[in-house]
Amino acid sequence: MTQQQAKELVRKVEENIFEIPVDFQEGMRVPGRIFVSDKLMNDLEVNTLRQTANVAALPGIQKYSMAMPDAHFGYGFPIGGVAAFDAHEGIISPGGVGFDINCGVRIIRTDMEAGEVRSRIKELMDELFRAVPSGVGSKSRLRVSGSELDDAFNYGARWAVESGYGVEADIEHCEDGGFMDAANPLKVGEKARKRGKPQFGTLGSGNHFLEVQEVDKIYDSRIAKAYGIREGTITIMIHCGSRGAGHQICTDYLRVMEQASRKYGIDLPDKQLACAPADSREGQDYFKAMAAGANYAWANRQVITHWVRETFERVFGRDADELGMDLVYDVAHNVAKLEEHEIDGEKKSVYVHRKGATRAFPAGHTDIPVAYRSVGQPVLIPGSMGTPSYILHGGEQAMELTFGSACHGAGRVMGRGDAKRKFRGEVIGKQLADKGITVKATHPSMLAEEAPEVYKSSSEVVNVVHELNIARKVVRVKPIGVAKG
Amino acid sequence: MNIPGYEYLPHPADVRFRAYGATLEETFEQAAHAMFHVIIDTAALNLERSVDIKLESVGLENLLYDYLSELLYLFEVEEIVFGQFRVNSIEKTNGSYILHGKASGENIDLERQSFETEVKAVTYHLLKVTKEKGGYSAHLIVDT
Repeated sequence: MTQQQAKELVRKVEENIFEIPVDFQEGMRVPGRIFVSDKLMNDLEVNTLRQTANVAALPGIQKYSMAMPDAHFGYGFPIGGVAAFDAHEGIISPGGVGFDINCGVRIIRTDMEAGEVRSRIKELMDELFRAVPSGVGSKSRLRVSGSELDDAFNYGARWAVESGYGVEADIEHCEDGGFMDAANPLKVGEKARKRGKPQFGTLGSGNHFLEVQEVDKIYDSRIAKAYGIREGTITIMIHCGSRGAGHQICTDYLRVMEQASRKYGIDLPDKQLACAPADSREGQDYFKAMAAGANYAWANRQVITHWVRETFERVFGRDADELGMDLVYDVAHNVAKLEEHEIDGEKKSVYVHRKGATRAFPAGHTDIPVAYRSVGQPVLIPGSMGTPSYILHGGEQAMELTFGSACHGAGRVMGRGDAKRKFRGEVIGKQLADKGITVKATHPSMLAEEAPEVYKSSSEVVNVVHELNIARKVVRVKPIGVAKG
Repeated sequence: MNIPGYEYLPHPADVRFRAYGATLEETFEQAAHAMFHVIIDTAALNLERSVDIKLESVGLENLLYDYLSELLYLFEVEEIVFGQFRVNSIEKTNGSYILHGKASGENIDLERQSFETEVKAVTYHLLKVTKEKGGYSAHLIVDT
């Protein structure tokens, strides 16, 4: 089948929803659903459709194999892939979570006016860059013991706060209260522990960043107020994950799952989709280890938050309380969760895999912090370097259309190698400076790899979920300072 | 005969490459080289430290996945940036493959070295080791 023929099989259901029929590819148990505009559909690679179709072939999949508007070609699941599997008849797959378990984003509000921060931005970015280690091979300022690492695996951000890295309200404003209680550090291998220990409290590299932003547009003032955000003030966004700990957990369990798939006779359209029945020993072992990895990531973002607050205190000579530096919310982008969803009129327990997708629960859902329950959870969509990021709120259609999920970012359109050949880091740095954005990076080539042009337009992606009422726009923020690994 | 080497192929987000050689051993060495060349300019590295590597896996593809994953692990935990890879032997015994090899490089030194792109992990996606006329080739995607 040619690329053109493959694309012609895809049918438009309604505005922003396309369907991949089950006869698109052999073995599909359910259709695929792609949530994109006509323009994004036009640009979508056929490989992304194929990967979405591959996921539809896994046992116990419910309703549809889904791809969010920022979907692109990944490994196993597409990036931007969402799929729910029956908790008993279905499977769990590390390929539906990815290597960077609980890669995620948090945003901190402040009462600071943008002008005050702009005048000190160079000094502030230098200090933040120093305070939060980043880049390949960087090591943490922290030396955690073996038992502290266990605590991070078990209790995530809660452990970090109890150890002095933050305040109680931080945990309340974190997806899952900052930790998944399914975690079991005994299911995490020695290699993952060894990689995780020295990297605890580091930002990492690639698309991870720490950004100082200015709130430049409010779309919904009532909900912005509920999130504590005011136009013209400063916010801080942190994007990072579980570092080598998560990468190794996934690496180790892919091997386990590769054998388990054969043991349980699961036909795989792609080896990266290796999986095990949800209630098998292998499936549950992975889930407990993955939860430990997710908790490590929440603890990591919490510790970094603490250092960000300390840095602001030092630079501006006022304490974090006075600056109003409260955590608005923290969301996971790469994770599998056991959740209840209504399917064909019945409540059902399912393992929802979100790989490069954000949970987007609407108003009234009991998993949302009390403070936000009447408006829906904050959905954080980081833009690419130098472009705006968005805060949305979980919309009314999310549960019905996408198992309560939305996009997670802009979505790459160009490889890192091509980006480095096409762009020069020094030139990109200069262009950003001309737009009033101060950038600190370990290496100029990093700026070329992450040049704004290598991503889809974040506004195009966000408009799709907004129009479908999966997640609605609340606030737009634009960067004034960026630190990259 | 395949001349040992590797080439990078297009991919929108991660790094995809093909490595080849006259023997399996050479092909594995080239795959390791291709992966580390994503992380750093391997030609500029001194060979001051070495690590012996011994692995056993069921299936050639699993062996390659394990070999490259082991190198990433050693890079982070032993803090060595590898620039040279020797695979002395890949032997088939009842049902599994055993690899003996050595990787050499220098200690991580952030003051001196300039890292390019972080490789998070080796993926199974489209992972393939193929016997061809005159040698072998391996196709890989690594998560960056």
